Amino acid sequence: MDWKVFLEQAPSGGMTYLGWLMSGMMWTLIVSSCAWIIAFTLGSVLGVLRTTPLKWLSTPATIYVEIFRNIPLLVQMFLWYFVMPEILPTSMGDYLKQTYPNLIQLPFAQFSLWEFTAAVMCLGLYTASRVAEQVRAGIESLPKGQTNAGLAMGFTLPQVYRYVTLPMAFRLVIPPMTSEFLTIFKNSSTALTIGVLELTAQSRQISEYTFKTFEAFSAATLIYIVITLTVIALMRVLEHKVAVPGYVSQGGH
Amino acid sequence: MGDFDWSAIWNSRAVLMDGMLLSLQLFGIALAGGIFFGTLLAMARLSSFRMLSYPAAGFVNLIRSIPFIMAIFWFYFLTPMLVQKLTGKQGEAVGPFTSAIVAFIMVEAAYYSEIIRAGIQSVPRGQPWAAYALGMNYWQSMGHVVLPQAFRNMVPIMLTQAIILFQDTSLVYVVGLKDFLGAASKSGQITGRIVELYVFVAFVYLIICFGASKLVKYLQVRMDPSNKSISAVAKTP
Repeated sequence: MDWKVFLEQAPSGGMTYLGWLMSGMMWTLIVSSCAWIIAFTLGSVLGVLRTTPLKWLSTPATIYVEIFRNIPLLVQMFLWYFVMPEILPTSMGDYLKQTYPNLIQLPFAQFSLWEFTAAVMCLGLYTASRVAEQVRAGIESLPKGQTNAGLAMGFTLPQVYRYVTLPMAFRLVIPPMTSEFLTIFKNSSTALTIGVLELTAQSRQISEYTFKTFEAFSAATLIYIVITLTVIALMRVLEHKVAVPGYVSQGGH
Repeated sequence: MGDFDWSAIWNSRAVLMDGMLLSLQLFGIALAGGIFFGTLLAMARLSSFRMLSYPAAGFVNLIRSIPFIMAIFWFYFLTPMLVQKLTGKQGEAVGPFTSAIVAFIMVEAAYYSEIIRAGIQSVPRGQPWAAYALGMNYWQSMGHVVLPQAFRNMVPIMLTQAIILFQDTSLVYVVGLKDFLGAASKSGQITGRIVELYVFVAFVYLIICFGASKLVKYLQVRMDPSNKSISAVAKTP
């Protein structure tokens, strides 16, 4: 084993192989965080819509969830990246393929803005369907009496959600949300298929250039583990901070 | 752009069929192997011998904290080395399919072991104790008493995981295997009809997985051992 390989100069990017790893880690975090913002926002809205008694709101949300959950992530990645520019009107498609990628030069990246955007959109919209299911489960786990009591007090339905259901539900879903974030974080590696040089892609690239496969994969694996453990620790702190006094969730820890 | 050429799909039917067969093969082997080794892993994790429970827990947590693709790369790299070590034959080529199979079985074993562990723990402790009191040994109590009940509780969630596994088989694309997606991708590049082929692939996956998930939901209601209709009546004041 030869760990010093990471200090060698890499053939491109003007940095060492360690620099490649760090840049991969950075892009993994950026892609998953951006995608998470989409997933959490859209997923929360969809999850709430699915629990409303209004059919014209819940049905479209259900259809969204079923479609995005039942197509493999990798296939969705290709749909965004390859198919999307082709089915849009010609001028827009050309813009996406030619002008848009060069709008910004991404730092430390050998991939373009369009690859990044496609990956973020794909991961975000896919994970939104999973987040929606968690939010729905969280809301449905609350006793029906809470909604009824809210309505009986003269709250409108939006007010019931705003002041009664959601403050409870969002606290309850912190643990499943943590695992959804970790899923998006791991799933971001599928972006390597459309050319985003995230952590997994960088470790493979290092192994191809140096033939130090074991070292390269171990380093990436270690980074994944450290980030996973950090996220779990942070979310535990958050969970304790926002816990409702006296309301112990059933499952325990 | 707007003019879809759907005949491209019909013309690639042979390749697509082969791809789907490979996907299904991978799915079947990974499912069977994953459940088998997952059960062993779960038993090891729940064992009171730390020599067993610590390594099992370590393996499961390791696999679960890295991306599936990273795990595929790992086993793609390790399997040929291990096979060479075990058989002692140098230069014996281990195909990408074998490596992919090993990767999928190992990853699925880790995922399934968590489900099975929860299932075993859902069986009341009195059950294995009663089995031991009747003179059964560990394997007998597991095989005749605990696991049958555990599996019954787990069937819906195991089937849901199977649907996820079926979707995940598309990840073998990263090692260049021609599964359903890989086949579509290849023939899309040859015919220049990548749009039609990817849309078709998405549609086929959607139909299969949506149908399967509806079926699982139906089974879940029918197989629920606590029989919802009875417990619902019992709970009504």
